[in-house]
Amino acid sequence: MPDIQSTLPTIGILGAGKVGTVLSRLLLATGYRVLIAGSGSPSKIALIIDVLAPGAHATTAEEVARDADIVILALPLGKYRSIPAHLLEGKLVIDAMNYWWEVDGIRPDLNDPRVSTSELIQSFLPASRVVKAYNHMGYHDLDEGPTPAGTLGRKAIAIAGDTPSDLAAVATLVNASGFDPVLAGNLRDSIALQPHSELFGANLTAEGVQDALTRFPTSERGREVAAARAGDGVAGLSLA
Amino acid sequence: MTTGPLEFGLNTFGDVPTDHAGRTLSDAETVRLVVEEGKHAEQVGLDVFSVGEHYREGYVDSATPVLLAGIATATERIRLGTAVTVLSTNDPVRLYNEFSTLDAMSNGRAQLVLGRASQTQSFPLFGYDIADYETLFEEKLELFMKLQREMPTTWSGTVRSPLTEQTLHPQMRPGGIPTWIGVGGSPNSVIRAARYGLPLMLAIIGGEPERFAGHVDLYHRALEQFGQPMQPVGQHALGLIADTDEEASETWWRAWEPMVTQMGRERGFYPPTRERYELELASGALFVGSPETVAQKIVRMTHELHISRFDLKYDIGGLPVDARARTIELFGTRVAPRVRELLAVEQHESQSQSQDLPTTHPVHPIGATHA
Ligand SMILES: NC(=O)c1ccc[n+]([C@@H]2O[C@H](COP(=O)([O-])OP(=O)(O)OC[C@H]3O[C@@H](n4cnc5c(N)ncnc54)[C@H](OP(=O)(O)O)[C@@H]3O)[C@@H](O)[C@H]2O)c1
Repeated sequence: MPDIQSTLPTIGILGAGKVGTVLSRLLLATGYRVLIAGSGSPSKIALIIDVLAPGAHATTAEEVARDADIVILALPLGKYRSIPAHLLEGKLVIDAMNYWWEVDGIRPDLNDPRVSTSELIQSFLPASRVVKAYNHMGYHDLDEGPTPAGTLGRKAIAIAGDTPSDLAAVATLVNASGFDPVLAGNLRDSIALQPHSELFGANLTAEGVQDALTRFPTSERGREVAAARAGDGVAGLSLA
Repeated sequence: MTTGPLEFGLNTFGDVPTDHAGRTLSDAETVRLVVEEGKHAEQVGLDVFSVGEHYREGYVDSATPVLLAGIATATERIRLGTAVTVLSTNDPVRLYNEFSTLDAMSNGRAQLVLGRASQTQSFPLFGYDIADYETLFEEKLELFMKLQREMPTTWSGTVRSPLTEQTLHPQMRPGGIPTWIGVGGSPNSVIRAARYGLPLMLAIIGGEPERFAGHVDLYHRALEQFGQPMQPVGQHALGLIADTDEEASETWWRAWEPMVTQMGRERGFYPPTRERYELELASGALFVGSPETVAQKIVRMTHELHISRFDLKYDIGGLPVDARARTIELFGTRVAPRVRELLAVEQHESQSQSQDLPTTHPVHPIGATHA
């Protein structure tokens, strides 16, 4: 066990809510070291972690960002500007966040068909490498769903990112946590994993996820995205 | 670890139903129906009847305390609560006045569940920003509990004007009325309930209810840590009871599918599949079935979650009035007695078992996972 652990990256999780605690449990169960933080002091989440994710180390957001090899963002998307960006420089960052107006308020900037929210995160963390994962499945399905690789009917998580080596690292993590990873293109394409897409909220096998991704461009949302992007040649620039 | 016998409650959001002919009732008709259903709940022996708070088409529960007052004067025994009161967009002073009046009128039968609610229309409607949710809830809870626990009250904060040595009338009974905290899965809300020493109502509307066992454990441990006495845990669930499983399943699907589809359209997720629905019935959060099926499922919850209160939300939009009435009837006359019977048998068995085998101590699943 210690040998395995030393070869596995340390996972940091920002957000100790529903998703953060479930992901901690999944990753701890397969032997990863997990650091986790909420928005406040570690003492605020100590009991929560002790009961819901025993074995994870409750600490500050700064320490999570500094000491983890891979950092998962599991906080409300509307608060992304509170992420300690400078401490994440050079790191692989997994974006599990979604725009949910009941939490984030009405935010047209987070609901723009031209720009995926992971692209927003990437431009907020210019020196980090962002991969979208773990966002489209409801937290109770994440909790109930993990099975060993090769299990018939194993559920799948779509992942999207710009760099093959980072996608490979995230695929390894997704697989270890109990789900089949399915490649869903680059960060720009990750809009197909966001709210209003067929995949959002879905709890499907790899084949089902693949099918939903294939259907996306011809879906109502897919066409809306394509039209908005075609009419906006400078979408990429507006990010800067 | 359940405290006292299991209590049974009904919850309504004042969902607008259809009549025998498939006609949608008017809002006013639905208001009168809810009062009748409150009376019905008492007649069939249920313990609590609770009304939600929503502000949108298809729901008539926006003036919760007014509805409860109507039911109060038409009933004698059943307790009257909320499911849930959107504390963040209420003025705690006004809330105190309403519920102290209701408590007086009903001769001590008023209670509340405070929470976030599944809908958020009240925020823009009353001029609040949903992004301020946490601050609003936290400060207003502090004030509301202070009003209930110490009067005259002095309070200041950021969400309303300060109070200095303020007394309100009619005054509540000493210590206030039973006030629960409704939570939907956020561990922070569980901690908050424990910090105030308030009972916990788990709103479980999707997925396997057993998942919440960790939350119950967290709640108990947090109560301990805050030096608070043990408090009950309740479960709020959605469902329908009919004579057969099949009838229940078909009737519920016809109303539930369009409702969840509409919710999905607003929030950006896709409509539920029939397959997913069947799963929710079999092992998930829906309590839809014959009296025996629903009773067995409730008994399972008492084991998994240590609940001492079970609230069934029996109305969803478009459900026929008759199906609602049948649910109320069967819940009171068949399900509740059957659950009590099953629990009594179990208790009896475990007692005689522990006499036979004094050394075996079944390790509790919750304790075990976190030992
Ligand atoms: N719920 C789901 O089913 C689901 C599924 C997939 C993805 N997601 C996404 O995952 C994210 C988390 O959702 P959730 O349901 O877990 O929400 P949640 O239960 O409300 O938890 C959010 C957590 O984030 C923390 N937080 C806030 N600001 C922070 C900061 N600056 N640094 C570190 N932590 C911070 C909060 O701490 P405090 O309480 O101290 O503020 C809280 O612990 C959201 O973006 C959501 O869209 C949700």
